[in-house]
Parts: sequence; structure tokens; C-alpha cells
Amino acid sequence: MAEPRPLRLLYFSWLRERIGTGEEELTPPPGTDTVAALVAWLRTRGPGYEAAFGTTAPVRCAINQDFAQPEATIAPGDEVAFFPPVTGG
Amino acid sequence: MATIRVQHDPIDVGAEFAALMSDAHGNTRTDIGGIGSFIGTVRGTAKGRPITEMALEHYPGMTERALSAIADQAAARWNLLATTLIHRVGPMAPGETIVLVLAASPHRADALEATAFLIDWLKTKAPFWKKETFTDGTHSWVDARETDEAAAARWGTEPGHPA
Repeated sequence: MAEPRPLRLLYFSWLRERIGTGEEELTPPPGTDTVAALVAWLRTRGPGYEAAFGTTAPVRCAINQDFAQPEATIAPGDEVAFFPPVTGG
Repeated sequence: MATIRVQHDPIDVGAEFAALMSDAHGNTRTDIGGIGSFIGTVRGTAKGRPITEMALEHYPGMTERALSAIADQAAARWNLLATTLIHRVGPMAPGETIVLVLAASPHRADALEATAFLIDWLKTKAPFWKKETFTDGTHSWVDARETDEAAAARWGTEPGHPA
């Protein structure tokens, strides 16, 4: 079986600051196939991740640059971005 | 035809207006009857405190896709001859232009409604984030406002002009 391709993870705004990086490639455990499951796994990776995902502050997600809900499916090689509600304009 | 741009440089509103009014040969367009415009500027206070700087972060790639999709949606709903969506990123001083929306149509109703739609959707669907710096040097990420969500929601989600 081929080596699974990692996810490309992007973090913006205060999520980037709390996690300490804006971009990384990670391969979550098998079965981590939704946004919600990915967030649950990320929270176990350290205090920065817990500070980013473990509060009541709303976090939005995009998969391959389209907005996605927590139940959305992720696949190996996807670009998954996490960020607060947008505040442009 | 939409001009979509994310840029660090200041926005030259006059130049963008002139570009919108020019056809491919550099001649002045005469099919346009009116241009709706929204010019967003950096307010000098936040939560009652003066700020020294506003910095804009965005999601390169997704931003351009989102802005194009918003412009496409406007073109599907109103009779538009040209659209301009330009957003600045990086650090800005109070008073500087942060966003420019232009919508050109044969008639004013389409131009004005489309302009309101474009800025309402941009504020809730394009991946930009504002960070304010106060005079004491502290920083604060701007929170999203429910009033912006309500303003965007009044246009519905499906193609087709609201009754």
C-alpha cells in the first residue's frame, strides 16, 4: 500500500499565532476523515493547538479553499485551513 | 468582466474608475450609465480607543477564488457591464482606503444594489482578517460582527433576484 499523502494544514489570524506556525504537513491517524475528527486529533498535539481549538471562540474551516462544515470529509493530500470568522472589507 | 485584485499598494480610486470606464482599445466606454461605488477606509478608533495601525491578513488563493465567486454571483443577479473588487492587505494607517467596490451598469438601480451586495458578501465570505494596533502598542484581532452576517443574509444564498 502506498504511503498516505499528508494533509497540508494552514492556520490564519490568532490560530496561527497560538499554534506557532501558519503552515505544516501532517498525516493524522487512519480514520481521521472529517474536519471534526481532525480538530480532535490536532488538540492532542500540544498546548498551542489546545489554545487554538479548545476555546469557545468560533473557528471556521476550508477544504481545498472552499468553506467546509465540521462533518465534511477530508482526504489525504487535501489543503485544510482553519481560521476565525472573516473580518475583511 | 471583473477586475479582482488583492494588493499591498495603496488603492488609487481615480485610476480604477478610469480603468473601468475604458474599453480594450483604451477608448471611453459609452454603454455604462452609472457606477455604484463603495470605498472602505480604516477607522481611527476601535472600541472607543485610538489605533495607530490596521493590518490585514488573507488566505492567498482562496481570497481570489472567493472574490471571483462573489463577482460572478453579482453578475448573475444584476445587469452589470463591469465590476471591480480590490482589497488591500498588510499594514495600513487610519484614513487609508482598505477596499474598493465598483459596479457599472446601464442604469443606477442595478449598479447601487450590486454594490451593496458585493460589499456585504465580501465582508462575510472572503478570507481576510483585521488586526488593530492601539497607541499603547497592544494588538487585537477584530471580531466578526453579527450585523455583517445579517447584512449578507438579506441577499439570500441562491441565484436569482430577491423579490
